[in-house]
Amino acid sequence: MYVAVKGGERAIDNAHKLLADARRGDRDVPELSLAQIDNQLALAVDRVMCEGSLYDRELAALAIKQARGDLIEAIFLLRAYRTTLPRFGASEPLETSAMDIRRRVSATFKDLPGGQVLGPTFDYTHRLLDHTLAEQSEVEEPATAPADGARFKSVAELLAGGGLIEGNDPPADEVGDLTREPLSFPANRDLRLQNLARGDEGFLLALGYSTQRGFGRTHPFAGEIRYGEVEVEFFAEDAGFAVPLGSISVTECQMVNQFTGNGTQAPRFTRGYGLVFGQSERKAMAMALVDRALRARELGEETGAPAQDEEFVLSHSDNVQATGFVEHLKLPHYVDFQSELGLLRKLQAEFDARDAASETPMQDAAE
Amino acid sequence: MNQPDASAARDLPDLTERREALAVLAAAESQEIARGLRQLDDGLTYSEPRPPEVGLVMLRGRIGSRGAPFNAGEATVTRAAVQLSSGEMGFGYVLGRDREKARLVALCDALWQVADRRAAVEAEVLAPLRQQQKEKKDIERARTAATRVDFFTLVRGED
Repeated sequence: MYVAVKGGERAIDNAHKLLADARRGDRDVPELSLAQIDNQLALAVDRVMCEGSLYDRELAALAIKQARGDLIEAIFLLRAYRTTLPRFGASEPLETSAMDIRRRVSATFKDLPGGQVLGPTFDYTHRLLDHTLAEQSEVEEPATAPADGARFKSVAELLAGGGLIEGNDPPADEVGDLTREPLSFPANRDLRLQNLARGDEGFLLALGYSTQRGFGRTHPFAGEIRYGEVEVEFFAEDAGFAVPLGSISVTECQMVNQFTGNGTQAPRFTRGYGLVFGQSERKAMAMALVDRALRARELGEETGAPAQDEEFVLSHSDNVQATGFVEHLKLPHYVDFQSELGLLRKLQAEFDARDAASETPMQDAAE
Repeated sequence: MNQPDASAARDLPDLTERREALAVLAAAESQEIARGLRQLDDGLTYSEPRPPEVGLVMLRGRIGSRGAPFNAGEATVTRAAVQLSSGEMGFGYVLGRDREKARLVALCDALWQVADRRAAVEAEVLAPLRQQQKEKKDIERARTAATRVDFFTLVRGED
């Protein structure tokens, strides 16, 4: 049988021209600038940087514009772009304890050193559509208050003093990197966190939610969520010292979970950790929930829930991989399908022949 | 990745001040740095041993904020190195893809190392940037502080 293996170039060209036209839309409506996207769709930019695993606000804004607001497509564009650049090395670990705080809340201690500051949040809004935004609106200057410069001490630091919470993992000799080595299982916590940090927010949200509903319960408290600016430093071989590169905004979540203990160790709180680019609070919280769920085996807990299955979680968290495999189904599968069709025709012919030879066809068919 | 211990950098003079100057430059826009540099440009001659180059740095976090490092995601970074005719080598490493900024930062870093130029770099380039950055931060911090929650305890009738 004949199967087309070539062709469609003109159709593809024209489809892409049509795409460019659809992207621009009505020419009487002003075109979006990257600065507008960066400023006014800032959380979309944050999400694209986070799951695209590349911190660059302008590139993320460009990707969103090019993708017509399809964030997974934009994430794909960023991932593809990063492969074109050389890597200079790895930064010094970010010091989130020295963060210039823009928001910090704790659901466990109300009187934390540094206090609770809400920052720019959707929390406590009524979720009623604001029709004044439909028109150009004048926005009030935000209120100000004296900042006392007190350091925002973290909940983990606070609890650690009394031995009520588990300590930190000892540093490993080598930091795993799944962009260099394909994932293999079991994966250490550093690799799991790298995977979750770039994982799909919706997928992690659903998994985190599933642990709350009983599929691998971890009894979480939002010990602390902080969002703000952190300085990045990079040890430059040629300069011979750690050079400050500038600052980035990140959200960090410290989940405090129910105790474990054993014969040699008193019961204490355990922790789940989330760290993401930008103001991505839902993602940071979901990441911390899933991080903690994935520690079930290490902590000697009962396993078996989806969020505790590291191969399941880590192999399906990446929305670029997922979209690649799901969306490839729409590409031509003519040869595959023709062979399936051929097989099916043969099976049907055999069935019909048996049918004709049988005296009780209805019974056979029911088997 | 093995990195030399921080003590390896100890023999560099004035490293704390130099890093502080680089932090101020990294937080600035290239036009702002250029504006300051124009005030002290009197026929500077320098070479570019490393012309500006865009690449990536893998950003690391720490598990639980203070534990073992892990790779959190990459950032675009531009680097450059310049050498003054008097020999000083300056380095520019900045987040983002602004090549001109990396070159200007490297130039400032080199000039800053020249004893009789440091004061001018401080006065013309760094001081205005510091002032501007401080004002911006002060506003952000004051606005953040206005969202601080003041809890008050509801005292019950008896005791």
